[in-house]
Amino acid sequence: MTALLEAKGLTAGYGQTAVLHGLDFVVEEGGITTLLGANGAGKTTTLRAICGMIRTGGEIRFGAERIDGRATEDIVRRGIAHVPDGRGTFMEMTVEENFRLGAYIRRDPEVVADFERMFAYFPRLKQRYRQQAGTLSGGEQQMLAIARALLLRPRLLLLDEPSFGLAPLVVQEIFGIMQRIREEQGVSILLVEQNANLALELADRAYLLETGRIVIAGPAAEIRQDEAIRRSYLGY
Amino acid sequence: MDGLAHQLIAGIATGGIYASVALALVVIYQATHHINFAQGAMATFSTYIAYMLIQAEVPYWAAFFATVALSFIIGVLIERILLRPMHNAPVLTHVGIFIGLLLAISDLCGWLFDYTVKSFPTPFDAGGPMLGGLISGHELGSTAVTLSMLILIYLFFRHTSLGLAMRAAAYNPVSSRLVGIRVGWMLAVGWGLAAAIGAVAGMMIAPVVFLEPNMMLGILLYAFAGALLGGIDNPGGAVLGGFAVGIIENLGGAYLVGTELKLTLALIIIIGVLLIRPNGLFGRVLVSRV
Repeated sequence: MTALLEAKGLTAGYGQTAVLHGLDFVVEEGGITTLLGANGAGKTTTLRAICGMIRTGGEIRFGAERIDGRATEDIVRRGIAHVPDGRGTFMEMTVEENFRLGAYIRRDPEVVADFERMFAYFPRLKQRYRQQAGTLSGGEQQMLAIARALLLRPRLLLLDEPSFGLAPLVVQEIFGIMQRIREEQGVSILLVEQNANLALELADRAYLLETGRIVIAGPAAEIRQDEAIRRSYLGY
Repeated sequence: MDGLAHQLIAGIATGGIYASVALALVVIYQATHHINFAQGAMATFSTYIAYMLIQAEVPYWAAFFATVALSFIIGVLIERILLRPMHNAPVLTHVGIFIGLLLAISDLCGWLFDYTVKSFPTPFDAGGPMLGGLISGHELGSTAVTLSMLILIYLFFRHTSLGLAMRAAAYNPVSSRLVGIRVGWMLAVGWGLAAAIGAVAGMMIAPVVFLEPNMMLGILLYAFAGALLGGIDNPGGAVLGGFAVGIIENLGGAYLVGTELKLTLALIIIIGVLLIRPNGLFGRVLVSRV
């Protein structure tokens, strides 16, 4: 498989505080890669670094091109969609307006068909289409956030803890849909999760972060089988 | 009764001006969370541009649209050059910039065009008093102009992709970048729009109050009162508030306090609204579930 995104010696932080101390990782084309780790390990920071939302050092390649140091909107326009923690939807606006904003940079005629595709994945969003996004339930908001990101037609989807704060049934539903999305849309996914069991089930490849360093990397299936790793890092 | 009807209509005419300036204030407030004190001075400067063009014998409507376009460009430049570097500066820095801008533009007007009061033409004079003397040609015409402008702007924000992106950038810049919106440019376009709206208001009120460097000072206060009354974060509310202030001002001036205390009325509205409903009559209360 070819690498879609590749980070080399990636560092990042907030003000004087360094959070990432030189990460090397690869997101493969068409695959689901997961970043695991405890609170404060640097998972969210890694996603922010990829999107140019914070200052970074080292190198990030997307396809053939270096994207580190570029503005967020330029990175997004190259085909990276980010669903941040806190979800990044437009709460004051309707579901419809969120959809339109999701497809804001697109000028192709496929947009309408993509709206229908999102309704197929998330039928509940169709029912809520004219409603203010802030009035949606937590699960619906997460669905809206993912739909909004997919409407960019990204090559890479960054997901920051899509299970956060949601009931187990809703989480199952969303992860099921993500599996479908990967198969049908051909989009690569970089998934950050605290729920390691769930993430390892879905992912092809996993990286384990500990205080800003990658401590374990490998195929998700192997890591899931490895009892020592599970006990010491994943806690289940 | 005729007197009341006349005051009411005059109130709507000036209300249209206040509503326009109030809208200009809200457009910038939503994007920056600051009140642009220089809004009035910018509008006055625009009106001087129109004055200069008309003096140079440019036909009125050509001068009108050229002024709107130039004002838009000036607004964009002010944001790009003066405000963009201050993007993360504290509130007081912004207040300082706005006050500085207010003084600088006012003085520039005086320096370039001197301080003498000038009469400004209206394109609506031909008819004279209409509807049995209830309304002057200029009142009717300027109300039509401000109302059409407000409707156009409403349609722009509601139904165009750029309008949607501008609203998104104002509400939520971080998420906007994540859908690829160039937030910095949206802010600049917002400034351009506000300057253009102010230019229209300036050109419509100048025949009534006459053109001088501080022409818009009182109007800015009324507009601010209107914006607060309707809700400083709600464009529709601010427009309604502007009209309401225009009507209250005229009726109050005629029947309640006399013309000398009209401006005081605006200040009382500002204080009253801040005391009783800090978010304004139509202030946005965001519903949010987690």
